[in-house]
Amino acid sequence: MRIFEFIFRRLLTALFVLVGVSIITFSISHVVPSDPAALYLGSTKARPEDLERIRIKLGLDRPLPVQYAIYMRDLLHGDLGTSIATKRPVLQELSSRLPATLELLFVGMFIAILIGVPLGVVSARWQGTWADVFVRIISIVGVSMPAFYLGLLMQIVFFRNLQLFPLSGRVDSDLRFTSPIDPITSFFLIDSFLTLNWAALKDVFLHLVLPAFTLAAYPIGLIARMNRAAMLEVLGQDYIRTARAYGIRQWIITYWYALKNAISPTLTVIGLTVAYALTGTFFVEVIFNWPGLGLFTVRSLLALDYPAIMGMTLLGASGYVIINLIVDLLQTAIDPRIRLK
Amino acid sequence: MNIPAPTITESQNTRTIRHVVNVIARDPLALISTIIILLFILIAIFAPIVAPYPEQGQGRTNAPDTMHPPSEKYLLGADRLGRDILSRIIYGARPALVVPIGVVLFAVLIGAPLGALAGYKGGWVDEVIMRIADLFLAFPSLLLAMAIAASIGRGLDKAAIALVISWWPWYTRIARGAAVSLKEQYFVEAAQAIGVRDSVIIFRHILPNTISPILVQATVDLGTVILAMGGLAFIGLGTQPPSPDWGLMISEGRTFILDQWWIATFPGIAIFIVVLAFNLLGDTLRDIFDPRQYK
Repeated sequence: MRIFEFIFRRLLTALFVLVGVSIITFSISHVVPSDPAALYLGSTKARPEDLERIRIKLGLDRPLPVQYAIYMRDLLHGDLGTSIATKRPVLQELSSRLPATLELLFVGMFIAILIGVPLGVVSARWQGTWADVFVRIISIVGVSMPAFYLGLLMQIVFFRNLQLFPLSGRVDSDLRFTSPIDPITSFFLIDSFLTLNWAALKDVFLHLVLPAFTLAAYPIGLIARMNRAAMLEVLGQDYIRTARAYGIRQWIITYWYALKNAISPTLTVIGLTVAYALTGTFFVEVIFNWPGLGLFTVRSLLALDYPAIMGMTLLGASGYVIINLIVDLLQTAIDPRIRLK
Repeated sequence: MNIPAPTITESQNTRTIRHVVNVIARDPLALISTIIILLFILIAIFAPIVAPYPEQGQGRTNAPDTMHPPSEKYLLGADRLGRDILSRIIYGARPALVVPIGVVLFAVLIGAPLGALAGYKGGWVDEVIMRIADLFLAFPSLLLAMAIAASIGRGLDKAAIALVISWWPWYTRIARGAAVSLKEQYFVEAAQAIGVRDSVIIFRHILPNTISPILVQATVDLGTVILAMGGLAFIGLGTQPPSPDWGLMISEGRTFILDQWWIATFPGIAIFIVVLAFNLLGDTLRDIFDPRQYK
């Protein structure tokens, strides 16, 4: 029963955090700006009567707690307001763009884990050798390279010079006519695979490569570095020495007995990097003209479309809280020692 | 008249600083990083002397030389408005270094005392402060900064304020951790015993001893904050034209990246080198203060 109690406690904490998050987003839109009505109109030079009209329309003339209550009521009804720029419900705008961003995020994180974890293992296993130095250089370069710059370099090298991958976008514009994708899940890789649409699958894949690797650079660096540290700690422990004394082969010790215990701290970092990657998608989407949440958010930020900005902030924070929750639960599943704390 | 200076016994902090200087001097990577950072600081200070075209560096346009490729006249080429990119990068070093240092400094000034207070007091004070800090940490930092920056208006100063608001809780956490272990120590208990006020204990005895872990974190964070500032400028929420800013230059050069590649490439290299230097230096500092982490 202990495990259920643990999960329940974590869920409760997450719920409290989400309520707090809603208070902060409310404050950003209603308290921080000196005049939210001016923000809404997108100009500080609006006529006073327009400002007054907007104030009443938005309920800004009421006391703050009442405003918050209304904000929460709408939120619980799934009403995030109407986008000022597109005049469509914010929820609809966000949900229609979510799959494109999630596809990019998943593929990017998948690449990051697939490259970052082995790099960390190799680096720890051959600590102090050239391989270790090489991995440390990769990881420090990865975390020092601005995503919005790496993307441009990728475009210069792989599009202009080598002509290996398309410049930008999620699919080729002709694809709509030649072999259109049937949006079953709106994850184009899955959709084109399910419908056996090979031409589309290839096109989607080629479009994903550059943005996904650009996005993955920072997480690769972080994951490799933290996994290295975790592996070093594990490899120094007694049970590893015992395993060696038993004559178990080194690669089995490294990749099975040691890695198993190094995965848990690495998971924490992976959860953390998802947050970086989430804001990373903003830059990647701008550079590669990727039709997802990031591109929409950046446009909203510049247009002061504040219902859209608040919706995105709330969504980002909720997503982050949920990811951390999942990481916590995964860790308890992998590592029973955590439950005892 | 010569008054002999009173002999002061070396304090904990002076010894730490001496130790850090020794380690950095012996580690080639850390030494190079420190030199690079100092070099950029000097360039920023002496921008009017170093820059070949100081007026263009500050924003004056020069239409005849628009998109001039790198040459003897313009070592790194000229941008869309014909301004020398090297001069723009040199002037851009000012906001690129000063603002992130200011952001981290203010975040520390807000975050660390709160953390020390929480850790020292414990009880409900601790609960309230840390729960609030946790709420801010529940957001991806840059996303929160973007939302705040947009709502208080664009500009370098606004972006900096937004970053401070989303960054302070990290230092609260660190200072709290240090304070919790410090308050058990004899010198704090002794101060309590002779009736020193809590505020004095926190500011005079606890806070100064949390400096080293915070300094390490601040150095590591400087790289991240430079990236964040660049990112905000890149999407148009930070520095506004015609002020020189690396992130903004990359954003301006993005449109011409396939033909006039130099406009975005060189400012990008500048950001990369500075962030790399801070990260390498931060790594070394972390090794000194947390030797357990890297054996």
